Amino acid sequence: MSAKTDLWTLAVILGLAGVTVLTRCFFFILDKDWTLPHWAHRALQYAPVAALAGVVAPEVLVAGGHFISTWQDARIFAGPAGALVYFWRRSVLMTIAVGMAVYLPLHLGLGW
Amino acid sequence: MFFLPSIHRHAAFREGAREMVPLATGIAAWGLMTGVAMVKSGMSVIEALAMTFLVYAGSSQLASIPLIVSGAPAWVILATGFCVNLRFVVFSLHLRPYMMYMPRWRRLAHGYLTADLTYAMFTRRYPRPGETVAERAEQEAYLAGNYFVTWTSWMLPGVAGIALANLIPASWGLGFAGVLCLVGILCSLANTPLRQLSALVAGAAAVAAYALPLKLNIVIAISLAVLVSFWLEKRAPVAWRQPA
Repeated sequence: MSAKTDLWTLAVILGLAGVTVLTRCFFFILDKDWTLPHWAHRALQYAPVAALAGVVAPEVLVAGGHFISTWQDARIFAGPAGALVYFWRRSVLMTIAVGMAVYLPLHLGLGW
Repeated sequence: MFFLPSIHRHAAFREGAREMVPLATGIAAWGLMTGVAMVKSGMSVIEALAMTFLVYAGSSQLASIPLIVSGAPAWVILATGFCVNLRFVVFSLHLRPYMMYMPRWRRLAHGYLTADLTYAMFTRRYPRPGETVAERAEQEAYLAGNYFVTWTSWMLPGVAGIALANLIPASWGLGFAGVLCLVGILCSLANTPLRQLSALVAGAAAVAAYALPLKLNIVIAISLAVLVSFWLEKRAPVAWRQPA
C-alpha cells in the first residue's frame, strides 16, 4: 500500500533541507556584515502567514479541484473548529486534538 | 555538534538540555503526528524518512506535502518552504553576533539545528553574546544541549509515526492532522491585524486561483497578500502593525 519513492521528490526534499539551512543561517553565512533592503524586512512581516494561508485554505475549502459545493464535508467544520480552539487555548496541540475530534466522527461516522 | 566532547561535557550542555525537557512531550507529539501525516498524504516511507531527517522543519515539511503530492514544480515548493521559514531569517539576524567568532561550518551546523524554541530559550538565557573564551564556550554548550533534546524528541517519534502510519488505513484521513497543525501555526503567526489580513487575502486568492496550473495559485496568493499589506501598512493606523 506504500507509495513509490521517486528521485524527483528526493531531489525536492534535498532542496528543502537546503532551504532550512539557508533560512536558519541567513545572516551568518557570509563573514561580511550586511543587511536586507527595507522592503525585504517589511515583506518578512507578511510572507510567512501568507504562504501558510495559501497552502491551508485550499486544503480545507477545495474538493476535486473546485470550491466546496456541499456543506457535508468534515474539513469545513474541523478546520474552523481548530482555529477557534487556538485562539481560546493558544496551543497548536489542542488545535490538532480538537480539530481531529471534530473531523474523525464526521468523516468516519457520516462519510463526509 | 553534540558529538564534540568539549561541548557535551560542559556543564551548560546539561543546563540547556534540562530547560528543554519539559517541552519535549509537545515536540514529540508534533513529530509523531507529522510522521503519520506525511505517509497518510501519499509520500513513501523513504521520502518521509528523508523529510524528517534532512528538512528538520515541521511547518515547511507539512506545507510542502500537499504541493509535492499534487506534482507542483520544484521552484514553487522551494519558494513556499522559503516563505514559511522566513521567521528564521529574522532569528538569524539576532543570532549573528553570537556566532561570528566560529568558523563557517560550525556556524552552519548550529544554525541548522536551532529551531524556534531553542532560539527563544537561548536568547532569553543569554541576552548578550559572550565576549571571553569561557563565556562563548558556555553559550555554545547551552545551545547544543538545548537543541540536542529538541532534535531527539522530534526524530524518534517522527520515525515511529512513519512506521505506525503504515498500519492505519488511508481512508481514516489522518493526513488532515497535518493541515490542522498548519492551521495552529498560522493562527500563532497571525498576531497583528495586518498579518491576519495578509492571511485572509492569501487564503482567498489561493482558493480563487486554484484552477491555475503548476500550483501558481500559491505564488499569486503570497504576492498579492504581501502587496496588499505593503499598501495598507502606510495607510492603516499604527495599531494594525502591533500585536493585539
